[in-house]
Amino acid sequence: MFYREAGDFKTNYADDSQTFPIAFDRKAYYAAMFVAFCVIPLVINSYWEKSVLVPFLVWSIAALGLNILTGYCGQVSLGTGGFMAVGAFAAYKLMTAFPELNIFFVVFLSGGITALVGIAFGLPSLRIKGFYLAVATLAAQFFLVWLFNKVPWFYNYSASGQITAPERTVFGVIVTGPNAPSWATYLFCLTILFLLAWGARNLTRGRIGRSWMAIRDMDIAAEIIGVDPLKAKLSAFGVSSFYIGVAGALFFASYLGAAEVTEAFGINQSFLVLFMIIIGGLGSIFGSFAGAAFMVLMPVALKNLLVGGLGWPTDIAAHLELTIVGALIIFFLIVEPHGLAQLWRLTKEKLRLWPFPY
Amino acid sequence: MKFTKVTALAAAAILSAAPAMADLVFPSLSYRTGPYAANGIPFADGYADYFTLLNERDGGIGGVKIKLIECETGYNTQKGVECYEATKGEGALLYQPLSTGITYQLIPKATSDGIPLHTMGYGRTSAANGKVFPWVFNYPGTYWDAASIIIEHLLDENGGSLKGKKIALLYHNSAYGKEPIRTLEELSKKHGFELMLLPVDHPGQEQKSQWLQIRRARPDNVIMWGWGVMNQVAIQEAVNIRYPMDHFIGVWWSGSENDVKPAGEGADGYKAVTFHNVGANYPIFDDLKKYVIDAGKAAGAGDQVGTVLYNRGLYAAMLAAEAARTAQKIHGVKQITAAMMRDGMEALQVDQARMAELGLPNFGPEIHVTCANHGGPGLGAIQQWDAKAGQWKLITDFMPADREVVDRLIEEDSMAYAKEAGITPRDCK
Repeated sequence: MFYREAGDFKTNYADDSQTFPIAFDRKAYYAAMFVAFCVIPLVINSYWEKSVLVPFLVWSIAALGLNILTGYCGQVSLGTGGFMAVGAFAAYKLMTAFPELNIFFVVFLSGGITALVGIAFGLPSLRIKGFYLAVATLAAQFFLVWLFNKVPWFYNYSASGQITAPERTVFGVIVTGPNAPSWATYLFCLTILFLLAWGARNLTRGRIGRSWMAIRDMDIAAEIIGVDPLKAKLSAFGVSSFYIGVAGALFFASYLGAAEVTEAFGINQSFLVLFMIIIGGLGSIFGSFAGAAFMVLMPVALKNLLVGGLGWPTDIAAHLELTIVGALIIFFLIVEPHGLAQLWRLTKEKLRLWPFPY
Repeated sequence: MKFTKVTALAAAAILSAAPAMADLVFPSLSYRTGPYAANGIPFADGYADYFTLLNERDGGIGGVKIKLIECETGYNTQKGVECYEATKGEGALLYQPLSTGITYQLIPKATSDGIPLHTMGYGRTSAANGKVFPWVFNYPGTYWDAASIIIEHLLDENGGSLKGKKIALLYHNSAYGKEPIRTLEELSKKHGFELMLLPVDHPGQEQKSQWLQIRRARPDNVIMWGWGVMNQVAIQEAVNIRYPMDHFIGVWWSGSENDVKPAGEGADGYKAVTFHNVGANYPIFDDLKKYVIDAGKAAGAGDQVGTVLYNRGLYAAMLAAEAARTAQKIHGVKQITAAMMRDGMEALQVDQARMAELGLPNFGPEIHVTCANHGGPGLGAIQQWDAKAGQWKLITDFMPADREVVDRLIEEDSMAYAKEAGITPRDCK
């Protein structure tokens, strides 16, 4: 009834190609942004910040990054954890080496450094494909974690190998370290996520995004029609690693505050992000958010329900939580192999026809 | 997506329940799942059972009931942070995360929230300096004490000299395992032994290459800093290469029944350092049986009573309860806050007479915490596994660490932290 194009007249090309062509979607988007930027910071507490919202924002950035590489360009990567580690350690080195550098620049510079590392590890993708590339990126994962454990320079020779984020401010408000107010870390991560998501949406529907999708769909055909695989693949690796590096920097600086490479950036994290984009939907911006929300919020919600709500023993709840999340993953993959994004798309299609479906 | 939202709303409703302030709240960040569960379960059981005993027998501490909130961390730092955030609003008095990784996360957070941390024999060693870490306690001993006590024991065994000996450190490749390296390096310079470092990656099931190196290099002694499944695997591997077990010494986190039993008879003679006594031969266990176990109120499966790590959990809870009692005495109120709890911990005095009163005579060394020294007496004894009898036995008295080396390193490291974090050390009279 409300969800339709009818009556929403577009009189120029810019209107015609906007992200949300339907007025209802547009309004919902503005309302969501209003709530995220203006309402949540007023009501957030440290539990919601540290357990729910900031992890969701950070993992969304990582999922966006991997979705660019795997979902849009078709290059499977298992090195996400390692690239996040590059972002985190770059942020740590920059923060300690240049204390007066603004944290915004630190985060984006760490993304840049990760992009360079990602391009270097993306070089084999020009020769190898599919599973073989997955194994090559797996090597990157193990090599990077080993490197950050082995070379004490990366953790400033601290006795424990831990890196700890010093306190940094934006416009005089502390955004990293233990004394940062909840709303500040939340807004800091949200702003970066907003910029990056906006960038990703526009990259993927422009020339470069189309060249990635051409490579994904059939690389030989793409090459014949004039897409340079070198440029397309390496730019996908670069952009994707930039996003993942930013996610790693925020994961360390804003979310955890201290990190240890083996635990915080292990192979588990690579799989977690891969599950996010598979469940959320490959090749979809919305899917990255949906997948991150699913994988981050589901365990927390289940834990609260089983232990806090029903009072079950913690070990049974923890085991059950793994089982339920696993079963849901299988369920979604069987029922909707294209992920939550496809479910969303179908819902929208149905809504357009409602109440007169045919 | 919709389902997630509904559950998130349900979670929000659960979370917004008003915290009950009528109890003394002790969160227990435990791990009963994952590769470290074999060691996490007995500790969590002991910790919970002691508080249950106090509730059942004495009606709590000073007449106020104790509320234990258990939260599963799986030895994972992210979940540990989530547990901390979820429980701190309930009026938590003290955190004991039983994980060095989580401790490193919580030190800045707990300091800024004003909640004390007790990391008994683990965590950040230099937190023993109370001038820099007012909210963190690690009595009755630290990792560096443990490392030094092991070397003292080896000195005793080798007639006072370790010159030219080769000692290997097999460690969990994490903040936990890396802690003793600095002390051992100092001690190797002082005593002239060669130190060989062998890291084992999380979770520690794969140690073939490390033990191949040990077989080839034949170190005179192997010291282990392991936890969870890593301990069992290491002891089994040592048996497999026929390494002399009495030359293999673990830290106090690598010396429980669950670590040695899988290797069977072969583990006989394995040693570990400990900061408390072993066995279930104490009066308190009669009370535990009467009020907790026979009443069906034991935590977990109830099959861990009297094991090394169960006793350690019990001991941790006992020290926490004593500190709460001290805090009640200092401030003259029954319902203490986290800040009062900290004062109680800093003024904690547990002598042998008090231990006997509590039903744990000669269980551990006397503890006298001061403003400047949060690391306690730093005494340790060596225990040895008797596979035939199936029990641990103390083979030495409680002995001190090399204070000259350890204290200097603590001072150095804590001052470096103070500088990095911008802390001005407080004055201690």
